[in-house]
Amino acid sequence: MTATKADIIARLQKDIFPLQGFKTALNNTALDKALGPIKNAFPGNHFPLGVMHEFISDSKETVAVTTGFVAGVLAQLIQDDGVMIWIGACKNIFPPAYQSFGIAPDKIIFIDLQKEKQICWAMEEALKCEGLVAVIGEMQELSFNASRRLQLAVEQSKVTGFIIRNNPRSLNTTACVTRWQITSLRSRLPEGMPGVGFPRWKVSLLKVRNGKPGSWDIEFVAGRFRQVNSIPAIPLQVQQKTG
Amino acid sequence: MSKRFVSIWFRQLKTDWLTRRQPSLKQVPFVLVLPDHGRMIITAANEPAKIQGVYTGMVLADARAIITDLQYFDDEPGRAAILLTGLAEWCIRYTPAAATDTPDGLLLEVTGCAHLWGGEEQYLTDIAKRLHHIGYDISIAIADTIGAAWAMVRFGKKINIVEPSRQADALLNLPPQALRLEATIIERLEKLGLRQIHQFIAMPRTALRRRFGQELLNQLDKALGLEEETIQPIQPVVPYQEKLPCLEPIVTATGIEIALQHLLDAVCNRLQQEQKGLRLAILKCYRVDGKMISVDIGTLRPSCNSRHLFKLFEEKIATIEPALGIELFILEATATEDLSTVQKNLFGHKGALDDIELAELLDRMAGKIGAQHIHRFIPDEHYWPERSFKKAALNEALATGWKVSNPRPLHVLPRPQLINVTAPVPDYPPMNFRYMGNLHTIIKADGPERIEQEWWLQQGRHRDYYIVEDEEGKRYWLFRSGHYDVEKTYRWYLHGFFA
Repeated sequence: MTATKADIIARLQKDIFPLQGFKTALNNTALDKALGPIKNAFPGNHFPLGVMHEFISDSKETVAVTTGFVAGVLAQLIQDDGVMIWIGACKNIFPPAYQSFGIAPDKIIFIDLQKEKQICWAMEEALKCEGLVAVIGEMQELSFNASRRLQLAVEQSKVTGFIIRNNPRSLNTTACVTRWQITSLRSRLPEGMPGVGFPRWKVSLLKVRNGKPGSWDIEFVAGRFRQVNSIPAIPLQVQQKTG
Repeated sequence: MSKRFVSIWFRQLKTDWLTRRQPSLKQVPFVLVLPDHGRMIITAANEPAKIQGVYTGMVLADARAIITDLQYFDDEPGRAAILLTGLAEWCIRYTPAAATDTPDGLLLEVTGCAHLWGGEEQYLTDIAKRLHHIGYDISIAIADTIGAAWAMVRFGKKINIVEPSRQADALLNLPPQALRLEATIIERLEKLGLRQIHQFIAMPRTALRRRFGQELLNQLDKALGLEEETIQPIQPVVPYQEKLPCLEPIVTATGIEIALQHLLDAVCNRLQQEQKGLRLAILKCYRVDGKMISVDIGTLRPSCNSRHLFKLFEEKIATIEPALGIELFILEATATEDLSTVQKNLFGHKGALDDIELAELLDRMAGKIGAQHIHRFIPDEHYWPERSFKKAALNEALATGWKVSNPRPLHVLPRPQLINVTAPVPDYPPMNFRYMGNLHTIIKADGPERIEQEWWLQQGRHRDYYIVEDEEGKRYWLFRSGHYDVEKTYRWYLHGFFA
């Protein structure tokens, strides 16, 4: 009797997901595999596609880290000749770097805009275009209404949207399905090895609709997100050896 | 009523054309040459060159022996035809049926046209004067048949008028070449001493056919008007233009939208039929007060989708100031290209760069925010970071691959920022640096990666790049510009941020 009840609840839950903007048909197994432990936080254990994701950052360094994380996710999304649009201040972008994340930089179209209003308009237009893999927007503030418009646009077109908010004045409620914060962690190398190691990030999923928010220490290795154990604080020591 | 034909002969079509473009060549002997079997053969010589004995078909080396300072230019095989087509289009002002007569003439059918200029003499004089004014040396003739006009223009005076039905009289004293015959027939006539048409025109036709073949009789009949000959008029390209005059002046945006929709449908319909796509279009609005306002749009890919084009115009309708009202709309496609239809992917494969939807999206963005804000980057073969990529058009292919041998930061500062560091000499990474008022202690570092200036582009100091990680795990791209030296002229800069 209890089993049937659980079944009913599971079925109802499944029916609710599409109403909330999750599209199970879009699941990308390659991405789920690359995400490792993070995918378990999402409903159905799948990274939600065709929705809006919001990333919070507070400085130039964290924007770069967030961009790295987003690029790692996008690399799995982009197929042979998929195209994405990147909207934001392009003077800070260094396109050749995307290649090392597995994204051909020539498949990204950069729209150089400064004003939030223009960025919102451009994002909405781009998100309505079904020929794109993803649309990434960099902006500071995102009002609830604007985010609702974007979310409605992606629900129609099934394009995945990413918003990187740099230094927002307030963490207001938005209609985005997830909210992330990525910060950098000190990398670890085997004893005595010179140079810098693989990038390590603290990935915090602050909000996720119908999922379990969480926080992971992740190392980005060869296009995969690998969970690492939290590092105990090690004493600062200046390493003079270089690679 | 018999037909009337005008023949125009350009004595020096190609050289006249070049002189028009470079007036300084007018008095200078020059020739046009084409390579042939390893030699340069003269295909056209201008008047000053001809006077000194240079002729068409001569080898350039021989001609330069005669005239030491002879100038020569490369000819193009199809140029005469192109020039004649242009001139034939120009001649449409005189008659609706104009045809080219390669290699160096035009044929016009002018039946019922000449009286508009006040008679045939005035008509011919007008054409001759205008063409002379443009810079062409021509002869012109009018006759009942193409053959007679052709003969008179090449073997008669500058302006020849053959009265209706008098072509036989005009031809009598001309050489047989005037009949447009093959070289072998002319040679045979020459051998028999038949040097003028009147010597053989009265001979029995059977005898002529036996000795010279049917060709001679045919050409003779054509010249005399016994056999019909027609010309193939050129078809000038009709511009993609639509007009919409309005009975009542239009003052509202809705009115403009309706007019625009109407015009776009008409233009797109025609484009579709001819498998063309629009790249640039301009909408001209003529106002009641005599002013003209125009808005223009451009597309990335040729398009004949009126809905998409309407959307592009829609953004700009607000800029049209109707004032007292617009009485005439003209929509013109100023640039068109052949439409290439892209096959749709059947399965849910996301589109590539040649996706039509993407092109339409970018058109809309370019219309609203300006095309200068839309970038695509492709690699460039330079080591210097700022020059390692360049802007490219949407369909530009990669000439070289992206380099991944050395790590590069995702974000850079538009200009490297000067920082203060504590660094041991000679080539260790810094121990700490100060950026935005914060002290960053460096725990890990990688480098240096030396990038030299490209001396053929720019002079200056080289850069020694280090990847450094501070105590919080933030990664930076620092470089020292120049060598360590006693005067301490080197500087440290922060250039980028790694993920």
